Amino acid sequence: MTPFLIIIGYLGLLLVLGFFASRLFTGTKSDYQLASHSIGPFLLLMSIFGTTMTAFALVGSTGEAFKEGIGVYGMLASSSGIIHSLCFFVVGVKLWSLGRRHGYTTQIQFFRDRLDSDRIGLLLFPILVGLVIPYLLIGVIAAGGVVETMTSGAFPDFFEATKGGIPRNLGSLAICGVVLCYVFFGGMRGTAWANAFQTMVFMVLGIVAFGVIASRLGGEETLLANLQKLGEAIPKEKLTRVEMSKMKFFTYLLIPLSVGMFPHLFQHWLTAKSASSFKLPIVMHPIFIMIVWVPCVLIGVWATTGFVKIPPPVQANANIVLPFLVKVKAGPVLGGFLTAGILAAVMSSLDSQFLCLGTMFSTDIVSHYAGRERFTDRQNVFITRGFIIAIVAVTYACSLAQPKSVFTLGIWCFSGFASLFPLVFAAVYWRRLTKWGAYAGVLATISAWIYFFRAAEWGKNRSYTIDVAGYEVMPVAAIFLASLVAMVGVSLVTRPPKAATLAKFFD
Amino acid sequence: MPRSLLAVVFILLVLHQDNWFWADETLVFGFMPIGLFYHACISVAAGATWLWAVKFCWPAELEKDTKGEPSA
Repeated sequence: MTPFLIIIGYLGLLLVLGFFASRLFTGTKSDYQLASHSIGPFLLLMSIFGTTMTAFALVGSTGEAFKEGIGVYGMLASSSGIIHSLCFFVVGVKLWSLGRRHGYTTQIQFFRDRLDSDRIGLLLFPILVGLVIPYLLIGVIAAGGVVETMTSGAFPDFFEATKGGIPRNLGSLAICGVVLCYVFFGGMRGTAWANAFQTMVFMVLGIVAFGVIASRLGGEETLLANLQKLGEAIPKEKLTRVEMSKMKFFTYLLIPLSVGMFPHLFQHWLTAKSASSFKLPIVMHPIFIMIVWVPCVLIGVWATTGFVKIPPPVQANANIVLPFLVKVKAGPVLGGFLTAGILAAVMSSLDSQFLCLGTMFSTDIVSHYAGRERFTDRQNVFITRGFIIAIVAVTYACSLAQPKSVFTLGIWCFSGFASLFPLVFAAVYWRRLTKWGAYAGVLATISAWIYFFRAAEWGKNRSYTIDVAGYEVMPVAAIFLASLVAMVGVSLVTRPPKAATLAKFFD
Repeated sequence: MPRSLLAVVFILLVLHQDNWFWADETLVFGFMPIGLFYHACISVAAGATWLWAVKFCWPAELEKDTKGEPSA
């Protein structure tokens, strides 16, 4: 019961935070969607980091390290430290500048303007929304699993099937409801504050979890002695990357490029007060990734050592390895706080994604087609909120299908966004990009993505790779290449953009 | 983006492939698998690279471009 009460207290705290943020809400659309461009370096760092680190980072990384070993850190964490910051530096700051100069709120506004094409928005909208929904599912499903595991035994009379734990469907519903409330009332300001708060919570509690689990698993007197005892017991295949394909590892490098095309990150970039606000996030992002991922990966490989018996249901669903260890090793009070930390990581991504989808719908569909003057600011905020509710409902309904691996689902979602990266990069730096080239790139991306996703049995085959001359290649490499070739090839054979359009975007 | 920064980022990406510790079972400080320790060092090196980049390669013209022109 103690973890349950702590989780309830934490969720209540978030609602209070959303309420206070709503007190500062000025009522304008710009304030609701972009916090009036008022976000400074620290809040930008915390909100961007909190948004990019989701269930995927905490729950998924531990589970994947449990299955695959330490190589998971190199595959996604250290590469992200280099490439995420590269995207912020090369694309983020430039898009922020263009966004401020021309008054953009969403990616689609930028692409419509840059490509001088209204219909590119109609093509991109369903694709971006369709790719964000699996990303949302990662969080919603993981949150439900964490709540069920951590509350087991709390309500034996009510939930017999889950050994007294709150069923994951109910847990997911509660998390969706809380995030919906503070996004609904607090808008981007509430989201940024909640992200900053939650990022601090999950970083601090992640380190505490690491220390506690190490001590309880090892059973020695000092932390170092425990770490050494656990380190020596890691099986060879988890301690090294002997079972990992080098080409697969190499092609994973493309996955972190996805941040360049995340619509919710675009919106966060535009909240920045100045270009200089980006400096702190660019420098600290790799360090923060290390602080979160190294403990999670170590906990994942320790779970393979035999110092703790991992029951078959947990082995079958690696997403719950971390909550399981917290539950059995941390005790009820600390376990409750650590669960709050895991949920913090999950919710700090869900909020931005919900807000972003609402903003895209009200800006790129409703305002765009009905006319900017058709609705007042308050009506626009109302429409944004309405679509947020709809998206939360759709996401929750999809989560009831319970896809198995958080990590695999995330990789497919990131592969789609990463393969659209050539489009955003070319839009910012390549004058010769044409609208037909952009259409070709987007269509090639989505066709190739569907083709490979189908070949991977819609994600069921979690180790799916493409065989290229005997080398295992991640599907993202092929999708990325298809996107790039189609975009460049078609751009070169079609009429260049108008001089007036180029003058708007290039000096 | 200056060529020096491009070169450093390229070197980081080459170092990231890390074929040399692929099957090495050494434990750094007696507990940290060397493959993980090496990649944590890559993360620190990335932070240092970006610190250098924002100090010496920052596109200052973007600050001037947008002063006083918010319109969203």
